[in-house]
Amino acid sequence: MLSATGISKRYGAVQALDGASLTLRAGEVTALMGDNGAGKSTLVKAISGVVVPDEGAITIDGANVRIGTPHDAQALGVSTVYQDLALCENLDVVANLFLGTERRRATVLRHIVMERATRDLLEQLDVRIRDIRVPVAMLSGGQRQSVAIARALIGEPRLVILDEPTAALGVEQTAQVLALIGRLRERGLAVLVISHNLADVRKVSDRVVVLRLGRNAGEFDTAATAQEEIVAAITGAAR
Amino acid sequence: MTGTLARKPYTPKVAVERLRQGDVGAWPVVGGLVAIAIVFSALNDRFLAPENLTNLALQMAATGTISLGIIMVLLLGEIDLSAGSVSGLCATIMTIVHVKQGWSPPAAILLALAAGAGIGLVHGVMFTKLRMPSFVVTLAGLMGWLGLLLYLLRQGGTINLPFTGFISGLSDTWLPPWLSWALVAALVLVPGGAAVFTRRLRLAAGLPVTPLWWLLTRIAGLAVLLVAGVLVMSADRGVPLLLIIFGALVVAFDLVLRHTTFGRHVYAVGGNAEAARRAGINVTRIRILAFTLASTLAAAGGILAASRLSAVNQQSGGSDILLMAIAAAVIGGTSLFGGRGRAYDALLGVLVIQSITSGMYLLSVDSSVRFMVTAAVLALAVAIDSLARRGAPR
Ligand SMILES: Nc1ncnc2c1ncn2[C@@H]1O[C@H](COP(=O)(O)OP(=O)(O)OP(=O)(O)O)[C@@H](O)[C@H]1O
Ligand SMILES: [Mg+2]
Repeated sequence: MLSATGISKRYGAVQALDGASLTLRAGEVTALMGDNGAGKSTLVKAISGVVVPDEGAITIDGANVRIGTPHDAQALGVSTVYQDLALCENLDVVANLFLGTERRRATVLRHIVMERATRDLLEQLDVRIRDIRVPVAMLSGGQRQSVAIARALIGEPRLVILDEPTAALGVEQTAQVLALIGRLRERGLAVLVISHNLADVRKVSDRVVVLRLGRNAGEFDTAATAQEEIVAAITGAAR
Repeated sequence: MTGTLARKPYTPKVAVERLRQGDVGAWPVVGGLVAIAIVFSALNDRFLAPENLTNLALQMAATGTISLGIIMVLLLGEIDLSAGSVSGLCATIMTIVHVKQGWSPPAAILLALAAGAGIGLVHGVMFTKLRMPSFVVTLAGLMGWLGLLLYLLRQGGTINLPFTGFISGLSDTWLPPWLSWALVAALVLVPGGAAVFTRRLRLAAGLPVTPLWWLLTRIAGLAVLLVAGVLVMSADRGVPLLLIIFGALVVAFDLVLRHTTFGRHVYAVGGNAEAARRAGINVTRIRILAFTLASTLAAAGGILAASRLSAVNQQSGGSDILLMAIAAAVIGGTSLFGGRGRAYDALLGVLVIQSITSGMYLLSVDSSVRFMVTAAVLALAVAIDSLARRGAPR
């Protein structure tokens, strides 16, 4: 669906990305792995319009596209859930889901339309929140991550990017979020997950792309690859 | 009940649940008001007399209106320390153009409101574009606008408004009984009807609804309160126009905050400005608008105060009015940390403060004691605010 080729980005003296490539397909979960500073976040930022790469091309459905701002990315159907979630803790789930894209008549909020849509979406994603009208601050970490992911779906995107979605979660909540990622795949979305956790990656992804020092260091079919092989690619150990 | 921001519970059961979670809502204030009424009426039987309660309603309007403006900036997590000076300055501008230049009262009032809006715009631009902390911007405003007020008043020091004129008349107009009762009927039937209607719509959309009996109980409770209020004030001079003006402002701002995109974005910016920005909200615009509204409401409060006094002088908007307005907002339940509060907090908070003031006055207690008591109430309110913030489970 989306493919980025030969992406390079330099920050002063640091070559963050050096000709990295990535292909994402609809209905597939791709995991992006690599050591700290490997360039994962930078590559994701290039796709989501937060940084503009020095070199490289991005195509969507085979057509060249220019992604200069986050808004461009959204218009092309690319939606990103950042690691810090960017939720308003004082607002309830409905308000957070529709933040900035409120359904309204003139300037008056259409509470009922938004609440109905929220309930439908959460139901489809099998996200369980007892009372969606309490402030998000009252929810658990897993529920908040789920709200952030649900929010990414409001604009009907085709690609959802998740930056370390399980980093701050306990065992049970991690399982919840991984299941949710699985349901995104069932909806036919392309999903890109950045993660440092091999166990999670093995549970949820179809493919693993490894970056090392800004370059591609291997691409694996998750089910058919031994854990050691992925670790070796990440650390750069000789095979 | 469509307001997703409203903390009002669906049912008593949910209410108990939320209380346990530390979401105390308006209960501390209401409890405080009842306690104040019991204590002062036990100490002095004139406290609950119609005359005193009507005076209380008159005294509330100016500070309450300023407090409503303070809430607009508190919701953003900011502060406006200039509200007192701005209220005095704008009232002075109105008085000068009316008395000295012969402007008609409505034109003079409009000019004062416009001056307030302009001042708020300046504060907002300094805060957002020059990135000065709101505390510093409005502290400078506190002194600067007071200076301008003193400059404008320098010959004479006091300017009287005509006693029988339109502006003084604002605070000496009493609603005829039929109008008071018509207003009560409207204030019960319109929100009540709206609540029943949205309940229908929610049912049709398959959304959970408040039980009908609970809805009707709340509407009946509102009716009882309003009827009692009108009965008491009718036993004296009637319902003051000043109270209606303040009440209308509170209702209007409550509707704006809960039901418009602007209101929603104010809460969003106060809760997490970065998240609001990433969601495509124009944070700068929201902030400038909030400061503009705050100063405009300060000007409105100043006009009401000048009307009560039938004059402006060097003390206009001075002494404790700013601190009382901020205290009222916080006592009413608006958080100092941003993102939490309602327009009604201005009404509840100023009711608490004026009750204490009025009770102490009846007992002829020195104002030193009044300050200390008000300070204690404020400290208590801030403590509850901080605890509620920490108590929210993450
Ligand atoms: N804004 C920036 N300015 C300067 N250098 C940067 C900037 N962003 C990233 N870098 C550098 O680019 C390199 C790649 O960073 P990037 O954040 O993409 O790595 P990462 O794979 O996401 O690492 P982590 O696992 O720690 O999140 C690092 O050396 C980093 O220091
Ligand atoms: Mg990173």
